[in-house]
Amino acid sequence: MLQASAQNNESLFRSSGKIYVVVGIISIIFFMIVLYLVRLDKKISRLEKDKK
Amino acid sequence: MKFFQKSWYKILAVLIVAYTLVYGLLINLPTDVGILDETIRNLFYHVPMWFGMMLILMAAWVNSILFLNKPSTKRDVYASELTNVGILMGFCGLFTGMFWAYNTWGTAWTNDPKLNGVAAGMAMYGGYWLVQKSVNDTEKRARLAAVYNVFVFPLFLALIVVMPKLAQSSIHPGSGESVNFKSYNSTNNMEMVFYPAVIGWCLLFVWIAELRTRFRLLEIQKENEENNI
Repeated sequence: MLQASAQNNESLFRSSGKIYVVVGIISIIFFMIVLYLVRLDKKISRLEKDKK
Repeated sequence: MKFFQKSWYKILAVLIVAYTLVYGLLINLPTDVGILDETIRNLFYHVPMWFGMMLILMAAWVNSILFLNKPSTKRDVYASELTNVGILMGFCGLFTGMFWAYNTWGTAWTNDPKLNGVAAGMAMYGGYWLVQKSVNDTEKRARLAAVYNVFVFPLFLALIVVMPKLAQSSIHPGSGESVNFKSYNSTNNMEMVFYPAVIGWCLLFVWIAELRTRFRLLEIQKENEENNI
């Protein structure tokens, strides 16, 4: 039963291989946001350094 | 070396969240879960928002207690910014939940004890915001906000955790007479993504709170310098 449901899932979700495209796009968006946060962090660090 | 001391949790947050985003979609899950079907994957995205919110609001609460113990601008700013970010996470949880509910139960807002509790709880945190906006004296404002926060967090937990558990019926798993998420977990691999997701999202939002705090502290410093001149 468990095996069957797992395989079911396999066929529904990954059979076309297109789910990897979605995964890729989500990853790109996430890493762009992270890049943005890193740059913001650096900017604030620079401001803190200037103050001291 | 100093770089790692300061930003180890940021690196960890990015790695963990990336892992849960990807693996949450690819992992094999049971499909015999009734109306949830494939949307059971939302366990890795919607639920960590709420768990993370509770952890971050708890951190804010601890900062408020520390502030009352030994007042400092840093503790005050940390408490209010962590609360801000916690509420942001709460709204992420609320909107994702409404979207999920609309597609599962047919309506965006059900009369569920968990939803009503959250609505009341959010209103209480609206009060926290009001306290901060309505007092001009910096010292008084910080004290009032800290005292308010110390009271509001346990009440919030009572509304969103304890009350739904005591309720007669609820359609949220683990509340009322409903089944727990564990009973859906027939492949026993949900924990592998769920718990890292809670920790990862929590750390990521702490990062944002840290940025906001540092910015606010710079602003306060600037204001003080201007007042001295």
